[in-house]
Amino acid sequence: MITLEHVTVSFGSGASRVDAVRDVSFRVEEGAAFGLVGESGSGKSTILRAIAGLIPHATGNVLLAGREVGGRRTPAERKMVQMVFQDPYGSLHPSQTVDQILSMPIAIHKLDRAEARVAQALAEVGLGPQHRFRYPHQLSGGQRQRVAIARALILAPRILLLDEPTSALDVSVQAEILNLLVRLRRELGLTLLMVSHDLAVIAHICERIGVMNRGVLLETTTADDLAAGTVRETYTQQLLRSNSGFDSRSAELDVAS
Amino acid sequence: MTDTLLTVRNLRVTYPGDDGDFRAVRNVSFSVGRERLGIVGESGSGKSTTGRAIMGLVPPPGRVEADALRLGETDLLKTSERQFRRLRGRRIAMVLQDPKYSLDPVMSVGQQIAETHRTHVRAGQRAARQAALDMLAAVHIRDPERVYNLYPHQVSGGMGQRVMIAMMLIAGPDLLIADEPTSALDVTVQQQVLVILDEMVRSRGMGLILISHNLHLVSAFCDRVLVMYAGQVVETCEASRLGEARHPYTQGLLAALPELGHRRAELPQLRRDPAWLEDIVPA
Repeated sequence: MITLEHVTVSFGSGASRVDAVRDVSFRVEEGAAFGLVGESGSGKSTILRAIAGLIPHATGNVLLAGREVGGRRTPAERKMVQMVFQDPYGSLHPSQTVDQILSMPIAIHKLDRAEARVAQALAEVGLGPQHRFRYPHQLSGGQRQRVAIARALILAPRILLLDEPTSALDVSVQAEILNLLVRLRRELGLTLLMVSHDLAVIAHICERIGVMNRGVLLETTTADDLAAGTVRETYTQQLLRSNSGFDSRSAELDVAS
Repeated sequence: MTDTLLTVRNLRVTYPGDDGDFRAVRNVSFSVGRERLGIVGESGSGKSTTGRAIMGLVPPPGRVEADALRLGETDLLKTSERQFRRLRGRRIAMVLQDPKYSLDPVMSVGQQIAETHRTHVRAGQRAARQAALDMLAAVHIRDPERVYNLYPHQVSGGMGQRVMIAMMLIAGPDLLIADEPTSALDVTVQQQVLVILDEMVRSRGMGLILISHNLHLVSAFCDRVLVMYAGQVVETCEASRLGEARHPYTQGLLAALPELGHRRAELPQLRRDPAWLEDIVPA
């Protein structure tokens, strides 16, 4: 469903050129869930943006559903891939109601049955008609993230890109959103590509996981191998130890910057 | 406990509102010795407000009341703002979440540490500079001379947080309150900052209150943990035995965490019992 072949994404040019993503290749089958973990600046979000068509990739190929996509997307290509962002406070328009937020993609893509689609999308994410005419500030963090997911689903995409969808949420709310994502994936047959710095969250949703560091895909492993600790790279082992809370062995103290 | 640094008895923080008072913190009692105490809870549980109340940083119209709030022999309830300014830094210090927002953007990080030193200790420019350099070295910054002259935007998040810790510890406080000190940092950098905090607390015999939403982190790092819910402490336990927590809220939070190697089809969602909101009457 998603194929990346030797994708490099760069910002700037000449001497100030930075390769945020270098020569990354991977495949995600239809209906599968693939996770990308890594720290800030590792390029994981940049990959999502390149797949969504928000930024052009410099070299290499991005194939969605077997067809190569470029910098300019057709409406059908855009409709196929939708994205959910980290911070539901920042990604919803503060002066639009939920109804307006959800109606916008329908208007842009000139779809019919706007009324029914909005109601259906709300029901899919577990919100009711009473939430439809509220503003984002009248909703809790979890409800806001549900609206963001509903906005992504309203175009009936085949691929859902998730950029740290729960890291701004409390533990109990995170569980609700993760359960929702698992259910939606099963019911709608979605292909998921999720980015997170939390290994346990990634392993809960995804079967296969790619580990990124400084723009490079270091290794691709499975949730089971990650749990068992049978990973190849030292960096992945370090991430694993860091995720268990506190472990003085995993810290290299004397780093220059 | 013979070596009690901080005593909190029946702490209440109240904000007046249109529909009556909002009790952000209520019935909170605990004491801190030379140990690492964790406070966990979700957003809005009152954990940060508790920390701010101890620091005397609850802005009006918020009200801080308690049966007792003592730092060593000092009664914090009777401390004026003027007196508080002498306490802060010298006796208690606080490290906040994001060094980007806690450092002065137009002053080099070294100067900021030196300034803190001179605020509390009578020292000349050169002595203050030397103290700042020593402190930077103590938080494992490899090239203190170079880092001294850097501005906050030139340092990474992990480095910025070390600078904050250096600044907070230079006046030698007895008690350090760290409010989500590593939440804005990458996981591997988090570890470095925690190791430094741990080392500082041990070598200086300080008390530490670590405020965090991260249950794993607190249970692995601290000695004791308070669990807060809706402004109250619902449970106190040894950090290493957080897994045996008895309060249904703590149990619910732990169960809701996804776990590596223990994949469940569905994560149990927390069911909030209205009974948890009832006042816990101090014994």
